[in-house]
Amino acid sequence: MTQLYLEQLLNGIQLGMFLFLVSAGLTLVFGFMNVINLAHGSLFMIGAYAMALISGMTGSFLLALILSLPVVALSAWVIEVVIISRLYTRDHLDQVLATFALILFINEGTTILFGRTPLFLDVPPLLSGSISLFGVVSYPLYRITIIGAGLAVALILWIIIAKTRLGMQIRAGTTNRETVEQLGVNITRLNTMIFVAGAMFAGFAGALAGPLTSVEVGMGENLLILCFVCIVIGGIGSIRGALLGAITIGVVDTMGRAFVPDILVKFLNPAAASGISAGLSSMLIYLLMIVVLVVRPTGLFPVARGS
Amino acid sequence: MKQKKFSLIAGVVLSVIGGAAALADDLKIGMITTLSGSAGYLGQDVRDGFLLAIQEEGGTLGGTDVDVLIEDDGRKPENGRAIAERFLERDGVEIMTGIIFSNISPVVAPLTLRAGRFYVTPNSAPSQFAGKKCHENYFAVAWQNDSLHESAGLYANSMDYENAYILAPNYQAGKDALAGFKRYFKGEIVAEVYTQLGQTDYAAEIAKIRAAKPAMLFHFLPGGMGINFAKQYDQAGMNDEVPLVVAAPSADINILRAVGASMVGIPNSSHWNHDLENAANTAFIAGFEAEYGRSPTVYASQGYDTAKLIASALAATGGKVTADMDGFRAAMKAADFDSVRGPFKFNKNNHPIQNWYGRVVVERDGQFVNQITGTIVENHGDAYADECSM
Repeated sequence: MTQLYLEQLLNGIQLGMFLFLVSAGLTLVFGFMNVINLAHGSLFMIGAYAMALISGMTGSFLLALILSLPVVALSAWVIEVVIISRLYTRDHLDQVLATFALILFINEGTTILFGRTPLFLDVPPLLSGSISLFGVVSYPLYRITIIGAGLAVALILWIIIAKTRLGMQIRAGTTNRETVEQLGVNITRLNTMIFVAGAMFAGFAGALAGPLTSVEVGMGENLLILCFVCIVIGGIGSIRGALLGAITIGVVDTMGRAFVPDILVKFLNPAAASGISAGLSSMLIYLLMIVVLVVRPTGLFPVARGS
Repeated sequence: MKQKKFSLIAGVVLSVIGGAAALADDLKIGMITTLSGSAGYLGQDVRDGFLLAIQEEGGTLGGTDVDVLIEDDGRKPENGRAIAERFLERDGVEIMTGIIFSNISPVVAPLTLRAGRFYVTPNSAPSQFAGKKCHENYFAVAWQNDSLHESAGLYANSMDYENAYILAPNYQAGKDALAGFKRYFKGEIVAEVYTQLGQTDYAAEIAKIRAAKPAMLFHFLPGGMGINFAKQYDQAGMNDEVPLVVAAPSADINILRAVGASMVGIPNSSHWNHDLENAANTAFIAGFEAEYGRSPTVYASQGYDTAKLIASALAATGGKVTADMDGFRAAMKAADFDSVRGPFKFNKNNHPIQNWYGRVVVERDGQFVNQITGTIVENHGDAYADECSM
């Protein structure tokens, strides 16, 4: 039984890592620029497609992973300069409309270029198979790699945000953008930089997701909804909050899917239990969000904001 | 504005008659199918199989000029409804077909039947339309949802598994699938699990299967869901721990192509396979490969059979459909066509009575294909026919 709990915990953390990589950029863009970017999931998809195509051409997993990052960065740069930069002064409704249009545009463009058939990637031979952890649980090596990569990104981000001058500017900008601008920081450049960096994290997650799930049009959108939950729970603009929120959501979602049916089956007949539990477990994270927002309306790690 | 909108839709709708503009008095067939997303190849193959039959006749079905309007439902019921209303009210579609998923057919079928048109499904055939809600103008060409999985349950019996863990997406066809598998399976059911429709990551479910240590696993995960599951099942090293017995949708040729060697040896059940020997099947496979440059899936065979059935009825009525409801219905019911699956006839509820075959995945010339091992059950109908008052 311990083995099952441990395995499900690892599954939850691994899902959390995907959510974190996507949420990190989302929360920075939302917190710093006050822009709701619904098209963030599209950058996840662009990363996955770049990975699939480059690894198809070169046959190398590592090379494709590295090369997919500049592809995502370039796409993000174009999107920021052409569209997002015009939205900073607009209200949220305009941002939602414009970035929703971007989703449709990117999805349709991808369909035209690559067709509707999903692409499938194989796990590289070096990372395939399972290994034994703590002597009790055997777990797929590739999923462990994802957890490791997520933690590494979290560490790098923490160093940048907490220890560097750039990080200081970002933190200051999130709290009070105008003051930072008056102090002579080039906000336009900083905006672009943050947007591109956030996009690269999402693209990186997309590239890693390729071998695990199918690469298909619209693959980022389901994840994006979960990511909004993560950053709202964590506190908008906070990287620490995004990490904690993502792992919480990942674990709760996985545990819900895994154990809610077992609990319900004790009270109901199996057929009714399996039907209800499928619905209940997908609701669980939203229930959690409601509870968090009732108790702490600004999230678990709120970022101080100047008016 | 209206003109512009019309031309936009007209641009989307494909005309099949050699690219030439369809004449206004051609028979209109509406095809609402799933062309996008990870299950998009299901609809594409139904469409391509259907169009192949028309092309073989040089643009007609049973000698009648037809105009097939094709639209993608994106696996969303609300899209299905909008397209169906447009097809029925504006375009004057007389035969509705193409539906892949059983979350869409319960929306589109009643709309079509209420409008007094014919509904001919090449794939989705949920239980309600086979039983109490059966209708004289509703025809299921492929199978009734349950029977597809009943065959897998019967096949598993022949391997003497004492228990099974069963898994399907949480929607009508998923429920039908598990009900179907359980109907004839003699062993115990360890657990019955529903996943989300369109789910991509099955790590949590796989961990539970591992912990439950069942004798076998049955799952119904069509399209991309099946591909993702099979790959993750293999990565978790589960193929050695818990063997699989599945039905055709979880082991179609596209899934075999995408997943590869780890699926070799998986037993699965189907009403059709490439190596079924009959003249219609040989001609279909050769024609499909020549036209599209790929091997047909089971869905392509279903699309082709659907078109052939409609052709046989049109030939009998001289192209009349709603103009001769009784004549067309009787001709459909007679099912006077050579099905690529061999023997075929309609039950009293307009669902097939047919043979089910056991298959196993093998590697042949570097390709992964299914090979028939034997007949599981002959002249098998469905469990709901008695509830139908027709």
